[in-house]
Amino acid sequence: MSQYAIQATQLSRHFGDLKAINELDLQVKKGSIYGFLGPNGCGKTTAIRMLTGLLKPTSGEIDVLGYKLPQDSAKLRFLIGYMTQKFSLYDDLTVKENLKFIAKIYGLSHREQTQRITELLGIYGLDNKVNQLAGKMSGGQRQRLALAAATLHKPELLFLDEPTSAVDPENRRDFWETLFDLCNHGTTILVSTHYMDEAERCHKLAILEDGIKRADGTPDELMNNMGAHVIEVDTDSPRQLKQQLVALPDVITAAQLGSRLRVLIKNSVSEPIEFLTQQPSILPTNALEIVRPSLEDVFVTCTGEGRQ
Amino acid sequence: MKSLLRIQAIFYKELTQLSRDRMTFGMVIMIPLIELMLFGYAINTNIRDIPVGVVDHSQTSLSRVLTQTISATKVVTFTEQFINIKEAQAAIASARIRAVFIIPSDVEKRMVRHQSVGLESHPSSDEETSRPIGQWIIDGSDTMIASAIKGLRTMPLTELMSQPANRNTPTFEMTLLYNPEQRTVVNIVPGLVGVILTMTMIMFTSAAIVRERERGNLEMLITTPIHPMELMIGKIIPYIFIGALQVIIILGLGHFIFNTPINGDLGDLAAITLLFILASLTLGLVLSTIAQTQLQSMQMTVFILMPSILLSGFMFPYEGMPEAAQYIAEALPATHYMRLVRGVVLRDVEIFDMAPDITWLALFTIGGLIAASLRFKKRLD
Repeated sequence: MSQYAIQATQLSRHFGDLKAINELDLQVKKGSIYGFLGPNGCGKTTAIRMLTGLLKPTSGEIDVLGYKLPQDSAKLRFLIGYMTQKFSLYDDLTVKENLKFIAKIYGLSHREQTQRITELLGIYGLDNKVNQLAGKMSGGQRQRLALAAATLHKPELLFLDEPTSAVDPENRRDFWETLFDLCNHGTTILVSTHYMDEAERCHKLAILEDGIKRADGTPDELMNNMGAHVIEVDTDSPRQLKQQLVALPDVITAAQLGSRLRVLIKNSVSEPIEFLTQQPSILPTNALEIVRPSLEDVFVTCTGEGRQ
Repeated sequence: MKSLLRIQAIFYKELTQLSRDRMTFGMVIMIPLIELMLFGYAINTNIRDIPVGVVDHSQTSLSRVLTQTISATKVVTFTEQFINIKEAQAAIASARIRAVFIIPSDVEKRMVRHQSVGLESHPSSDEETSRPIGQWIIDGSDTMIASAIKGLRTMPLTELMSQPANRNTPTFEMTLLYNPEQRTVVNIVPGLVGVILTMTMIMFTSAAIVRERERGNLEMLITTPIHPMELMIGKIIPYIFIGALQVIIILGLGHFIFNTPINGDLGDLAAITLLFILASLTLGLVLSTIAQTQLQSMQMTVFILMPSILLSGFMFPYEGMPEAAQYIAEALPATHYMRLVRGVVLRDVEIFDMAPDITWLALFTIGGLIAASLRFKKRLD
């Protein structure tokens, strides 16, 4: 048995002239949580759809749990779970009816159905919503229901497409707790997101932009190997300073955080503090400090290259 | 076994959704009810009380009795009097009246010599005696109204002269089977079953898959182990019951309210109706795999519905259509069902004598189900 749940090589998908996914190489270890981080329209959903067998790749090879896609997609159905970006259960069915429907589709016996549904209702805190219509529930509740439905048949591999886009931070925390529980029980999870804090929780992640994988690795690796210095500048007039600094060729970008300015400087500059103090726009009174890069810095550095 | 469970899951889900959708559920009942009332009461090809005018040049008691005699036929009602023909024609143009009856000044003389009142036969070449008593000027644009008034051309004037009519021996003897009273409703009600089923069955199923696509449910469904054929079958079974309910409403109420006969075997009726429902449902499924939105599926339903009403023989006889139209009609399931249902309900036909129609419906169903399953891919591209 391979140690990888997903292996994709040179995976491409074109829609006419648009290269939604371009030569993507991917390896997802069993029992890990793998993240796709990228802006809207970067190809996250297309990639997931190809890995679940819903879309045929234009070229490239996919191996999911030992099955070749798209040929073997029918055999894979019982082994994978997929939670779509948009809520895709039935709004006009109740929580129980939705789960019951899914249970029957996966061919659970009557006893298994009742047992598994009771179990899931407990795990996802839907006990007291059993007879509520799915369409009348809050974003967080619907998302928990969707996850319950996607994991009902105990899949080995779970795909989550922007699972928390309609959920408040409190619910997001709880949601990730349940994901780690699932992972603990051996489920491999592939999750797409555009939230940095979520991406940071993944064991490993890939940064996607315009269908191209810009970087991948563990969050720590990504932050340590980032090709830039991060300096925070304390200033009274951050807006003006930002405009002057971003005009410099060695400055990748600058972002305002309240009264401070977070400046990303290329690695080719060996002494970033000195480099900045030499700039006429920096006053001697401004405090300069090298800080630890965040995932957002990694993201901006990686994807920035594409924009230039 | 697993397959049956999945079909049952889809079936049960579809029923639950339908029971929550009160509007649709109401329509299932209301469409056949309303249409039955409309076609039963409102639509009548035996036209009566057509408003007409009269131009009386003779102004005699005879001319007044003549108009009364014509009124007594109930075909027309005299609503207006005109001095001259010009005024009367203006009234026809403005559609206040549909025809005008012109009584010539010498009506008495014509009447006495007319063969419809005389006892002896006059040679028809005798110009004097063969002159008609009066003239009708008719708005000929509506052929149904025109032919109703044209029916007065040889009306007997027996009562008028208190003389026996000049009874001619008819050339042919006519016997009317199945609908001797010539009531339109007798032919309409069984035909209505075909039209209503075409409308609702195609509409519901064509929307069924498209709705799942529009709401995003399809993306979830195709990641599950469900087979397209299971999805299709599970989706159409609930509508078989709905179709059956509608047939019972139309034929049952038609029988009690309009006294339309149900002469054939109920088992035969159930069999052909089931076959037609299946054919319509699969047609709807095929449409649903083509349409991208519910609006498009609705438009396609209308596209099928119009020829099904007009060409199937429901309103106009199939025999009267040009050959090209007949070919189109032959392709439509409604045409074949129209023949079958009228055959069974009105004429108690042996259904094996209708084998070609039954075969076509069966082939259509099988072909449609295969086409729909092939077209429905378990992929998004």
